[in-house]
Amino acid sequence: MKDITLGQYFPGETVIHRLDPRTKILVMLAYVVITFCIKSFWGYLVLAAFIVTCVAMSKIPPMFVIKGLKTIMIFIVITGLFNLFLTSGEVIWQWGILKITREGVRFAAFMVLRLVFLIVGTSLLTLTTSPIALTDGLERLLGPLAKIGFPAHELAMMMSIALRFIPTLMEETDKIMKAQAARGADFESGSLVHRAKAMIPILVPLFISAFRRADELATAMECRCYGVTSERTSLHRLKMERRDAFAGLSVIVMFVAVILINIYFD
Amino acid sequence: MDTIIKAENLCFEYKNEESGEVTKVLKNVSAEVKRGEFLAILGHNGSGKSTLAKHINAVLTPNSGKMYVNGLDTSDEGKLFDIRKTAGMVFQNPDNQMVANIVEDDVAFAPENLGVPREEIRRRVDSALAAVNMSAFAKHAPHMLSGGQKQRVAIAGVLAMEPEVIILDEPTAMLDPGGRQEIIDTVRHLNRERGITVVLITHYMDEAAQADRIIVMNDGEIAMEGTPSEIFPQVEKLRSLGLDTPQATELAYELNRDGFNINTEVLSVDKCAEEILRLWSVR
Repeated sequence: MKDITLGQYFPGETVIHRLDPRTKILVMLAYVVITFCIKSFWGYLVLAAFIVTCVAMSKIPPMFVIKGLKTIMIFIVITGLFNLFLTSGEVIWQWGILKITREGVRFAAFMVLRLVFLIVGTSLLTLTTSPIALTDGLERLLGPLAKIGFPAHELAMMMSIALRFIPTLMEETDKIMKAQAARGADFESGSLVHRAKAMIPILVPLFISAFRRADELATAMECRCYGVTSERTSLHRLKMERRDAFAGLSVIVMFVAVILINIYFD
Repeated sequence: MDTIIKAENLCFEYKNEESGEVTKVLKNVSAEVKRGEFLAILGHNGSGKSTLAKHINAVLTPNSGKMYVNGLDTSDEGKLFDIRKTAGMVFQNPDNQMVANIVEDDVAFAPENLGVPREEIRRRVDSALAAVNMSAFAKHAPHMLSGGQKQRVAIAGVLAMEPEVIILDEPTAMLDPGGRQEIIDTVRHLNRERGITVVLITHYMDEAAQADRIIVMNDGEIAMEGTPSEIFPQVEKLRSLGLDTPQATELAYELNRDGFNINTEVLSVDKCAEEILRLWSVR
């Protein structure tokens, strides 16, 4: 349980991995917007070219990326079926009350493609960026909002502490489960309700311990002068490089291409 | 040597909310720590030794009496961070004092909080990790380290503030013997080589034996005070306070009581063996 991997980060040293996390977050946001702007199938071709290039450059095995789709497969299928059968228009196939329209086919394919591209694109961000870099990037991006009272730093601090304590609490859960099992607790058999109830003797000590840890951590943080100044500095320098400009440029090109395709191929 | 920590008639008590019962944890404690000294505070559970330590960097403030660190009154809230910067505190559980996912990020936490410039943070982090001999682990995740290594990172985290005093509140209580030795070696190194004043709270006699001076706490009061070679031969008194003596000292004490003319001021196994050999050669 000790070497649990967080999120789905796929470590690497490629250009994509080394991009500034801020760039990657912004590119990802732009990518999502572009995905929603697409009105023609040709647009998806542009998107596909972009994603395939990114995956190839990141050296992440394509199967790894596709695996991310598996978890939401049901969602994609249901969306596809709903759009297929429930869109009104020119009927091309009918069986009882079930009918498929020309518009339905088009719309269903569109929706499925949109979802697939959204998932693949966003998972590429978490695959190539470590959780720490993501937190760092998010803090810097949201930083300006701190002026209007948005707790950007606090949010990032909470995220990084949560990440830091996941392995610690996993280990603790393991210990508690073994201790309860040693005293005859049974977590594996019985009905669902029974098994859910068996979790209570694990969760109660886990919560108590987490609160105790939080209390000690807060004291330790204060002893290390947390909160002494709002002008915190940072060990890490986030610096935009030429590759970041390149990434931004390619997104703009993609955006223009999609808009042009929308205008000329609709 | 001048005084860096000074407690004057320190009293601390807390009230049980339900029963209204008042527990006096510290009763009129006065003590001083010299700059550059290695002081050990001994005492069994509930003797008030941890409470006394927590007063030094203003985690707790006295109900009456005064605590001064580098001349600063710990009851003065405006001086809170100056005090904490001067006197850093290491706690018992290393897991519960680490903030970051990477060792060097964790060490950088305090200087980041203080608004130290980036290049200076880098220098402090490298120097602190080198001082505790953990430079090779700078990029590791804390949960992959052993207990002793984690605790050394915690010490580095405090060192990065460049404090004059380090207070360690039972830093070895959760460690195995190997880890305990690592910590004590590190602490001695910091005291000797870097001139950092050390206040070590412990209930291990062999750890206290390495200090320049020992304060023994009992029931919220200072029961004994002196150098290890003054304190440990008083075996009967230590026993009455619920404490042991280092095994070597105890052996010398028992031999002495049985009529052998042995020096009871021995603290280490080597010294004890030497004394017994001397006794042997005299015969």
